[in-house]
Amino acid sequence: MSKTFKLDGREIPFETGQTIMDAALAAGVYIPHLCHNPEFAPHGSCRVCLVDIGGRQVSACTAAASEGMEVDSCSESIQETRRAILQMLFVEGNHVCPACEKSGACQLQAVAYYTGMLAPHFTHFFPRRPVDASHSDVIIDFNRCILCELCVRASRDHDGKRVFAISGRGLDSHLVIDSPSGLLGDSSFAAGDKAAHVCPTGAILPKGRGYETPIGERLYDREPISIVGDVRAHEEEVV
Amino acid sequence: MTTNLETARHPETLKRVCIEPLTRVEGHGKVTLLLDEDNHVKQARLHIVEFRGFEKFIQGRPYWELPVLVQRLCGICPVSHHLAAAKACDRLIGVDRLTPTAEKVRRLMHLGQVLQSHALHFFHLSSPDLLFGIDDAVAHRNIVGVIRDHPEIAMQGVLLRKFGQEVIRVTSGKRVHGTGALPGGVNKNVSLEERDLLLADIDRILDWAEKGVQLIKRIILTRPDFHYRFAAVDANTLSLVAPDGGFELYDGGLRARDPQGETIFDHADDQGYAELIHEEIKPWSYMKFPFIVALGPEQGWYRVGPLARVNNCEHFHTSLAEQERQDFAAAGEGRPLQAALATHWARMIELLHCAEAIRDLLLDPDLQGTDLRRDGRLQTTGIGVLEAPRGTLFHHYEIDPDGLVTRANLIVSTTNNNQAMNESIRRVAADDLDGHTLTEPLLNRIEVAIRAYDPCLSCATHALGKMPLELELLDADGQRVGRLVRHADGSIAL
Ligand code: SF4
Ligand code: FES
Repeated sequence: MSKTFKLDGREIPFETGQTIMDAALAAGVYIPHLCHNPEFAPHGSCRVCLVDIGGRQVSACTAAASEGMEVDSCSESIQETRRAILQMLFVEGNHVCPACEKSGACQLQAVAYYTGMLAPHFTHFFPRRPVDASHSDVIIDFNRCILCELCVRASRDHDGKRVFAISGRGLDSHLVIDSPSGLLGDSSFAAGDKAAHVCPTGAILPKGRGYETPIGERLYDREPISIVGDVRAHEEEVV
Repeated sequence: MTTNLETARHPETLKRVCIEPLTRVEGHGKVTLLLDEDNHVKQARLHIVEFRGFEKFIQGRPYWELPVLVQRLCGICPVSHHLAAAKACDRLIGVDRLTPTAEKVRRLMHLGQVLQSHALHFFHLSSPDLLFGIDDAVAHRNIVGVIRDHPEIAMQGVLLRKFGQEVIRVTSGKRVHGTGALPGGVNKNVSLEERDLLLADIDRILDWAEKGVQLIKRIILTRPDFHYRFAAVDANTLSLVAPDGGFELYDGGLRARDPQGETIFDHADDQGYAELIHEEIKPWSYMKFPFIVALGPEQGWYRVGPLARVNNCEHFHTSLAEQERQDFAAAGEGRPLQAALATHWARMIELLHCAEAIRDLLLDPDLQGTDLRRDGRLQTTGIGVLEAPRGTLFHHYEIDPDGLVTRANLIVSTTNNNQAMNESIRRVAADDLDGHTLTEPLLNRIEVAIRAYDPCLSCATHALGKMPLELELLDADGQRVGRLVRHADGSIAL
């Protein structure tokens, strides 16, 4: 008989060594997440997957499941913490959802909806971050980067290229590109790379394709992310 | 053609009257009048008081965002900006001809936009002045008064607008700020279900549109002297026209005529607009003053919008609107009508045309086509020109080889009408206000003149804002001698 733990009252089976996140996703139960992608080593940086285990808050993508534990993922206080984390992500970059080409198919936006975030609440930083359009097929809009390091991990662990890295510390942290000029067009990056298809926001996008999907048919137009799942799963269908 | 009331000789000796903000116009603007001791008007100016540099804001953005990004300029006619930017983007990607489906879906969207905007303007913003007269009590002269006294008219206005919004929703995905047009095409066609949804209402819409024209015609022809004189200014006119000289809203050549109706230029390529139109900056206004280069900044100002368009075209290709245009043209007795209030008449003829053209387009099977988008080679310059509800709208972008915007220039309809509106308020100041003690009905005359142009001040300044009206009377020393506040709900406080 397999081992189980309780997630919001539901029995979730798991294998030894599995994280709460992976066990939940395998059982078809959604825990919001941004920096997690089951194909890559857990990162534990966005903190959106926060859950409560007996009064202790841990990130579900890094915490191992254990027999009989009781995990709370949808209490109001957990959702409130998630909202605050998301609000900070929103004000730290320039996320102009109404005009953004990723709107309706963006994981950041979808997770914000899922947690009931209505407004950014905090004062916007309005950072000045130029768009890198030097690559012939792909554009990087740093305004939308949430530093989840998924592109970093995909390029390094899957594409074997190490095109991306995070540089700087704290508020200065930013995504950098490995090329003499620092521009994507001068790097070894290619549109077919895994790293081109894992970004949970609209930071890495194919050029000139924005708004192709009509409103009403976009990924999260009809059903929430808890049912639809991650952007990347669908991205890869397209590729 | 111009009055001499733009700049007074000794402004320091005059008392200042300020109408701010203007009500029942879109956005935030103000009018200042300078009066001498005997209330003679010495200076009258329409100012636009907000400014947000949208052209600056979009620098460095990828070109394909433009249609969605710039429609945020305005909550009233976003589709015009959406489509003008899309037309410019077509050029940026080297496409000068869309697929039939894409072209027709865009045209349909645009017709819905003009219809809803005209309905909003006429029924909601202007009908109180027109139905009750401009001297009617201010507490009654508003949309609530219209709902009370003419509920059927108010209702028709609401439903016409709603229909226009439905057309927009079907073509762009949302009633406001959708995404339909893409560089080189559109992202959806119109399904049979969507078409039938719209067709189900079209007969009622046509009926109400016709009634709207009859209503404004009756109002104008009941007091022709007043309506033709009020705020009338002889102006050059500018609009797009179809290749055969017919009425056109979405795509055509530029036609400019003088106040006599004589041609200044005709069927000019919109891509060459920058050689035909220049913009002048005046120190007292944030809004630029465009003029026809051939005539120079003094004489070259012009009028755009419904009055200019209906005057400028030789015919409508829809029959009901064409019949109405003939009555309208006859009223001018061989000359273009120059009366500001005739704009309402022209606007309602256009609304009728939109309803007819929507009906005709809905029956076109190309709307269900699946060839939505074309592609070409990236260019560095893209210009898109169309006729927005309020008049000719120019979008001009330059991009770098990577596709990022390096420069943008927008001339919006209200800016095109800047001098014409200023001349109209000066005409009112000289004719109606000069020598009188100012009262609310008199000041309303100024607003009625501006309102006829349906200015969208948020577009013109590329800003958004709406506020209640505050009116101050200052004496020659700048001391406040009176104050009137009109709240957003129309109530008045002293
Ligand atoms: S570009 Fe996208 S995938 Fe890469 S770190 Fe930023 S948000 Fe994450
Ligand atoms: S998904 Fe767990 S910390 Fe980001």
